[in-house]
Amino acid sequence: MRTIAVSEVRQAVGDLLRRAAHHLPEDYLAAMRDARGREQSPTGQQVIELLLENASYAEAEEIPTCQDTGMAILFIEVGQDVHFSGGEIEAALQAATRDAYADLRKSVVSDPLLRINSGDNSPALIHWRIVAGERLRITALQKGFGAELMSRVQMFPPSVGVEGARRFVLETVERAGPNACPPLIVGVGIGGSLDSVGLAAKKALLRPIGSVNPAPHIAELEDDLLGAINRLGIGPQGLGGVVTALAVQIETLATHIAALPVAVNLNCSAPRRASVEL
Amino acid sequence: MSQRTIRAPLDDATVLSLRAGEQVLLTGRIYTARDAAHQRLFEALQRGASLPLPLAGQVIYYVGPAPARSGAVIGPAGPTTSGRMDPYTLPLLERGVAGLIGKGIRSAEVKQALIRHTAVYFGAVGGAAALLARQIRSSRLLAYADLGSEAIRVLEVEEFPLFVINDCHGGDAYEAAKAAYRVSGG
Repeated sequence: MRTIAVSEVRQAVGDLLRRAAHHLPEDYLAAMRDARGREQSPTGQQVIELLLENASYAEAEEIPTCQDTGMAILFIEVGQDVHFSGGEIEAALQAATRDAYADLRKSVVSDPLLRINSGDNSPALIHWRIVAGERLRITALQKGFGAELMSRVQMFPPSVGVEGARRFVLETVERAGPNACPPLIVGVGIGGSLDSVGLAAKKALLRPIGSVNPAPHIAELEDDLLGAINRLGIGPQGLGGVVTALAVQIETLATHIAALPVAVNLNCSAPRRASVEL
Repeated sequence: MSQRTIRAPLDDATVLSLRAGEQVLLTGRIYTARDAAHQRLFEALQRGASLPLPLAGQVIYYVGPAPARSGAVIGPAGPTTSGRMDPYTLPLLERGVAGLIGKGIRSAEVKQALIRHTAVYFGAVGGAAALLARQIRSSRLLAYADLGSEAIRVLEVEEFPLFVINDCHGGDAYEAAKAAYRVSGG
């Protein structure tokens, strides 16, 4: 049994959210530098250059890279032998969110219809996974909603097959066009149920760019879809080009004999994500 | 890329001279408004109430800035998705708004109205918020303070970098650019 004080978690998660807002992940920056060389459109190259410069400037100044500092989504892997002490862990995570967003944009409304701003960007969305052992690993995703708004889920019948899933991903990217701030990272969930397929698509966005699904047929689909998306012509910021997406990352789940659920979760060219292990 | 500087508020001659796909630098006074502010402006117009900002020739920037660090003019301030403002945009164009700044696709109705009312839609680079904020020289809260980041602010911008997306002649930079780089059979 390992005891972790919730005050320690609060401090760590507050720091994590601040860091994620100011520093874009290294794998993303490397992918963008690579894309700069691959982009054929002069305007597209210019946009990629500007976004890289923006990332360096935000990091140097310790200010957010994008004004939409998103909704805080926390993915937590906690060992089953961990005991939290000194208060409620979920309350500490919400407190950490409020701490960090004191200096970030408050983009959350407490009620979706009344639309009153919560004033402190709470609540964070929290996804727990219990694992073996004593470790605690927290990954924060600050999800901008320009790209979230263009994301889609569809419950298909199995008969549409891989071609139906493929068409749905391409349609989603095409409809999003410039709205989702390309170059995109395209997270795809296939299988599961209505609730789990969306989460699978979001978890796909946590993978580092350049990672490949271990199942060969899914890896092949990732590669095929990335090629097809980059032939759409949308380009960086929708201003034309061959770099519409940096990666397609697919996660699959077991599903029912009656369905082929597909979810597409788009991430923008400011993919805020960071992890900490306590 | 040659870039000319244009001034806000915009006059007809300037708007008429702009072409989709062109890059420009904007200097002058502009107003911020996004979702909640648009809803309030729209409702005020329906009631026949006066608005907190002038419209004729003016430029509206769809932005909700991040908080300013102490001593800074404004926090990071990049564009938000414009399409969400489409349902509120026609009455503003009818009353003389001449420029809109955001990112993303506009509705067919808005594009038609740009032609009818000699107005232009600009795209700023989404995600370049930290750099864009450097081109903002001053920021003053004007109305709807209770909306926080969504309040209406008056900004003085200097050489604010923009792409002309939809001009007043029917040109569409997104459509043209996509067609130029699209490989069929994808």
